[in-house]
Amino acid sequence: MIEINSVSKSYGSFQVLKNCSASIARGEVVVICGPSGSGKSTLIKTVNGLETIDSGEINVGGFRLAPEVTNVAALRRSVGMVFQSFELFPHLTVLSNVTIAQTKVLKRSKAAAEEKARSLLARVGLSAHIAKHPAQLSGGQQQRVAIARALALDPEVMLFDEPTSALDPEMVNEVLDVMTGLARQGMTMVCVTHEMGFARSVANRVLFMDGGEIVETAAAAAFFDAPRSERAKAFLAKILKH
Amino acid sequence: MMVDLSAIASATPYLLSGLWFTVQITVVGVTGGIVFGSLLAVARLSRNRLVSTLATAYVNLMRSIPLILVIFWVFFLVPWAIGWMTRSGRPVAVGASLTIFVTFVLFEAAYYAEIVRAGFRSISPGQYSACEALGLSKFHAYIYILFPQAIRNVLPILLTQTIVLFQDTSLVYVISATDLLGAATKIAQRDGRLVEMYLTVGVIYFVVCYAASQFVKQLQGRLAYGAR
Repeated sequence: MIEINSVSKSYGSFQVLKNCSASIARGEVVVICGPSGSGKSTLIKTVNGLETIDSGEINVGGFRLAPEVTNVAALRRSVGMVFQSFELFPHLTVLSNVTIAQTKVLKRSKAAAEEKARSLLARVGLSAHIAKHPAQLSGGQQQRVAIARALALDPEVMLFDEPTSALDPEMVNEVLDVMTGLARQGMTMVCVTHEMGFARSVANRVLFMDGGEIVETAAAAAFFDAPRSERAKAFLAKILKH
Repeated sequence: MMVDLSAIASATPYLLSGLWFTVQITVVGVTGGIVFGSLLAVARLSRNRLVSTLATAYVNLMRSIPLILVIFWVFFLVPWAIGWMTRSGRPVAVGASLTIFVTFVLFEAAYYAEIVRAGFRSISPGQYSACEALGLSKFHAYIYILFPQAIRNVLPILLTQTIVLFQDTSLVYVISATDLLGAATKIAQRDGRLVEMYLTVGVIYFVVCYAASQFVKQLQGRLAYGAR
């Protein structure tokens, strides 16, 4: 489904991605973890073209992304993305947030888009809030709207860029529950997250990044129980200490 | 010194017709200025160097010369320019009203452009990313997502600029147009009622602008997201 081949990227003299390669199968759930500044967010953003790449190429469901490819409209239709800071549109209602791309990008009728939006909002448990504006919702609710908004375009792949990092602790689970449900239904998912419990129980595989490199790729259980690289051991020792 | 109230009463219809023209200039200036200004703002933010440089140059030029000079330019030079372009060699009369409308749109657009640009810059970069990630075209993103937020964020400043515009319309007296101040001036000179006329228009300008600025103040409180 997703093939990342020797992708590199620099900001000036600072190399954020160093020759990254990975392969993600349809229906697979992959968690990318690693210390901050390791290039996780940059890597996930290259998959839908939000970050350009300097060399290498990425294939997503038959769409080839390379440094010289600039028209990525078709790619974005098949890849949904959820951001750390939600990025809902504050001037639109919850319902409009979920319909706008359907009507403007997929040219669905207003009625069809609203029907789709209502069913997705029901799925993330927000039927009671469709007429509200984002500012009237809690962080966890906003993030669930953002997930519904991304799902509204029927993506083949969902990207999550630290979806729970901006949330108060008591709201993390409601978002993880939605993500777990999505994974169970067979969605191909790539998640940058620090939620190691989620990674262990839901992810098929873990990509461990450090210093712009993919240091280690392993099945989730194997990664947590027996990390191979020293850097992964050091990272896990730090985050699992408490 | 005697103030003759009957002079004011008999001048009222003519003053109102002047006020009507003032309102027309303001409405045309605001509408055209915001439309053209928004295009300039988007052009200034464009990644295309040529487009952004041209828009920046225009805005800086307009903001660096007095409005009164632009009124003169359009009134006296544009007829010659049109005559020259049509090769007739004679200046083509443009008319005071049209001159004024065009001038105010061209001039005010530069100010509105800067305000709208500030509005765009106040939107978090993540909103642009969200539009891109959803596959919205640049056009759709600007029309439905970015522009409404930008305008909302700077609405009080936009309205304040509009109050300034309303006052600036009085400058059209230099080409003898009959706006509120022009009407007052004409009656004042005809009837020798300078005190009555200038006091009356002063009161009208004050009432309109003060009421508008109070409205802006109220609006500011209500604009915060989620405060509805």
